[in-house]
Amino acid sequence: MRHTHLISATQLSRDDITAVLDRAAEIDADPESVADAQAGSVLALCFFEPSTRTKMSFDTAMKRLGGDTVDMGPVESSSVKKGETLADTVRVIEGYADGIVLRHPSEGSAKLASEFVDVPVVNGGDGAGHHPSQTLLDLYTIRKNARLDGLTIGIMGDLKYGRTVHSLSTALTNFDARQHFISPESLRLPQSVRYELDEAGADVEEHTDVDAVLPDLDVLYVTRIQRERFPDENEYRKIAGEYEIDADTLEAAADDLTVMHPLPRVDEIAPDVDDTSHETYFEQAHNGVPVRMALLDSLLNA
Amino acid sequence: MSDNDHELRVSKIRNGTVIDHVTAGQALNVLSILDIDGSEGTGVSIGMNVPSDRLGGKDIVKIEDRELSPSEVDVLSLIAPKATINIIREFEVAEKTRVERPDRVVGVIGCPNHNCITNADEPVETSFEVVGDGIRCDYCGTIVEDAFTQHLVTD
Repeated sequence: MRHTHLISATQLSRDDITAVLDRAAEIDADPESVADAQAGSVLALCFFEPSTRTKMSFDTAMKRLGGDTVDMGPVESSSVKKGETLADTVRVIEGYADGIVLRHPSEGSAKLASEFVDVPVVNGGDGAGHHPSQTLLDLYTIRKNARLDGLTIGIMGDLKYGRTVHSLSTALTNFDARQHFISPESLRLPQSVRYELDEAGADVEEHTDVDAVLPDLDVLYVTRIQRERFPDENEYRKIAGEYEIDADTLEAAADDLTVMHPLPRVDEIAPDVDDTSHETYFEQAHNGVPVRMALLDSLLNA
Repeated sequence: MSDNDHELRVSKIRNGTVIDHVTAGQALNVLSILDIDGSEGTGVSIGMNVPSDRLGGKDIVKIEDRELSPSEVDVLSLIAPKATINIIREFEVAEKTRVERPDRVVGVIGCPNHNCITNADEPVETSFEVVGDGIRCDYCGTIVEDAFTQHLVTD
């Protein structure tokens, strides 16, 4: 990959994506072949927000490449609590590590960080903005279970604040993919993402009901409708119920429908879906390791 | 009636800037962009909805003893894309330029997304790409299509 930093999916060309996914597949097939690839390198994990999958999979990926990680730890016990700017924090950490993975609650934080350091910065999620490394593992999972060209995907849930959705939908514009967005009116894709999709000439439709498109889908990508976004609990309950799927819902789907979710889920996918052939979200999470190994190896060697 | 005749409705200025061909109705926003509220002690004249051959109607703003900075002109171009800037020195037009929409607007407009990192206390200037009829934050992607003056960065 030709980029020093990975900040947004808008940076990713079809060739970039294909290169990372192909390399991830090689690593997946033979992890021992890269066991020492990053020996002596250190990756800094700077998570200003809670994270399980992203943080642990980057940690695992770096260690499986033979490298090591340093962890900023919880914000509460860092200098951030003393009022240090993000710009200063990353400039300090640049002296300790060969790369930085940053998760931060503010949109644009990873871009800002990248402007202050020379080591590669990977955006591990910036507020409601982007989450491009998640997108790479999502694409890897889609390619393994369906296809990227000729794909019909439904993306359902909180599209307004869902950073994984923003990055995935943008990256899919590199492929011949038809994207159906399913959400309450109040949680539709933000204008900034629609702008990217329109600029790219993406094949996009918006819906408020999944039933209308479910039989046509190769992939259904579900995200959590975030209760904390709703000022009225009753309003949340009314809407959230419309965006939950269970095994009965999926009776109307194609047999080979792939159901994905960036996790954590709450109640938008019922446990009975776990026992169907559609369930792919745990495999999706596991794919984070080989994909992030491929990504880190590429960025740290650039 | 020529544009010159209209300009004579208010007195000529010795030194300063005449912003002509401002989109009708935008004169007060021009003053807002330039952070002019009358307390500066310099003379300011405005003409609103003045007939114009080129625009049909236009506003004119005359500001004494002040020349505009490039960043001010950049923002001006967003609300008055057909404006002309006349720099006046000793009652004569010393320079006359048309505003041009820039590729970027830097450090003049704040991002309306309160969760954008540029609204935290970080050592960066705001930066927007000019797209279509609006501007797009280089950091968070938020698009601003109107009411630019509501988001002006103030010292």
